[in-house]
Amino acid sequence: MKTYTYTEKKDTRSGFGAGLTELGKTNPNVVALCADLTGSLKMDDFKANHPERFFQVGIAEANMMGMAAGLTIGGKIPFTGTFANFSTGRVYDQIRQSIAYSGKNVKICASHAGLTLGEDGATHQILEDLGLMKMLPGMTVINTCDYNQTKAATIAIAAHQGPVYLRFGRPKVPVFTPENQTFEIGKAVHLTEGSDVTIVATGHLVWEALEASKALHEKGISAEVINIHTIKPLDEQAILNSVAKTGCVVTAEEHNFLGGLGESVARTLTLHHPAPQEFVATNDTFGESGTPAQLMEKYGLNAEAIVNACEKVIKRK
Amino acid sequence: MSKSQHLEDLVIQVRRDILRMVHKVNSGHPGGSLGCAEFFVALYNGIMERKAGFDMNGEDEDIFILSNGHISPVFYSVLARAGYFPIEELNTFRLIDSRLQGHPTTHEGLPGIRVASGSLGQGMSVAIGAAEAKKLNNDSHLIYSLHGDGELQEGQNWEAIMYAAGNKIDNLIATVDLNGQQIDGSTDAVLPLGNVKEKFEAFGWLVIEVENGNNLDAVFNGMEAAKSKTGQGKPVCVLLKTVMGNGVDFMMHTHAWHGKAPNDDQLAIGLEQNPETIGDY
Repeated sequence: MKTYTYTEKKDTRSGFGAGLTELGKTNPNVVALCADLTGSLKMDDFKANHPERFFQVGIAEANMMGMAAGLTIGGKIPFTGTFANFSTGRVYDQIRQSIAYSGKNVKICASHAGLTLGEDGATHQILEDLGLMKMLPGMTVINTCDYNQTKAATIAIAAHQGPVYLRFGRPKVPVFTPENQTFEIGKAVHLTEGSDVTIVATGHLVWEALEASKALHEKGISAEVINIHTIKPLDEQAILNSVAKTGCVVTAEEHNFLGGLGESVARTLTLHHPAPQEFVATNDTFGESGTPAQLMEKYGLNAEAIVNACEKVIKRK
Repeated sequence: MSKSQHLEDLVIQVRRDILRMVHKVNSGHPGGSLGCAEFFVALYNGIMERKAGFDMNGEDEDIFILSNGHISPVFYSVLARAGYFPIEELNTFRLIDSRLQGHPTTHEGLPGIRVASGSLGQGMSVAIGAAEAKKLNNDSHLIYSLHGDGELQEGQNWEAIMYAAGNKIDNLIATVDLNGQQIDGSTDAVLPLGNVKEKFEAFGWLVIEVENGNNLDAVFNGMEAAKSKTGQGKPVCVLLKTVMGNGVDFMMHTHAWHGKAPNDDQLAIGLEQNPETIGDY
């Protein structure tokens, strides 16, 4: 079984910042907007190096989204930066009309997504954003798993024509994907080969899925782990090929099961290859204050929860 | 024929277009459209510097952003008659498979439209973004935008108004159609706007008032005055006092025709008051 290790932990938001810094050097059309969270979003470098291309909009996210739409008129590629909650729910209508329906080439970059935001609690821990964004026609939805992948995704979305939602997080997590990787939007990444169960994971849950696959291996269960960084468009073929082999699937995400990756996978299976599925996701609930690890344990979003789900789904085959 | 006579004729023709468009599909927003006929005619026939044809980025030309998208009939009529698309296409307003959606959109590829609008309060932010792009591109052309007065009740406007002043967006002329009416009644009755001029000035804008926004010369003079105020480190606002439903007597001075189409008899009266000039579509 292929195993993964890491030598350091870094936050995915820093991967975004590094990608943006790179874009600042290589693409003069890239501009960045931030709603009073420059440090949190790791946009300081871009701001320092390209002050003329950085727009501090203040605590005014609706105006930021509209301005981003306007900046595309003139050929700019705007990257907006704020927390995931304020990047989606707060400005849904602005994104819907001025960006998505208008087909504007805006990159909505959202940090501090999910429970791992931690102590600030439920007001800031959005668990509905993937659903909100994937329901918008024409919106590409990406949720990256580590620093390197987030950096690569940030660079890749600048070259993609059309609106993109890029979701990443706050805490330091293992860096296990290659440096300077090529990021292909809509292309699943196979992490381990397996025959008993497919684990389809996104974001912070990808590392947990790898940890789960190790634990399952010790129990004699062979798990195939697929890293789905692009939730829309979904790499349906990669999922179907794997489930054709394993016969069952566990989806894992730091998001409500309603509207998340799991539902997209369920639809794919229902249409093409019905198979048992278990969902590792939050259960139609808000979060609360706590450390990221405490929250992920309490809400069932860690390796242990994935192992349990795998054992359950295999019995349903 | 003098240029001004031609434009006066165009205004009347645009009114006919508006009435006929909304009558045909028994829906749409004639009131605000009629009130802004002179503004749109002036904007697209002298005020804005425009290139031939249409490209989304609008480099080296002035750009217009309509925020109060429900007055799409006047926008479509003036765009068609300025050559952006065939005037016969006005026949398709609000019909299935049309590029002329109830509210303007880029989604159907209609030339002249640069952003969707209809959900109110978003256009000023878009206009500011476009103005920032002009500055980055060292393009000295201007951004024009139009907003309803009732629309100022949407909070996003005030985020944008604050940003524009704080960031010296002096290549933007935002016009507010001050007709004092909205769907449920007068703006004073629904949610009073207070002194709009003082509000904009308090936020750091330069304000030009046009007392008779339904007089072509007054609109031209006001917009030229606004242009002369650009480039001075402050955004410019034009407060355009208009009459909702202007040019059709029974539609004037009331909110009743904000979003209601005339019936056959009412259309006949409206058209009689605005006899064909340049030619119907």
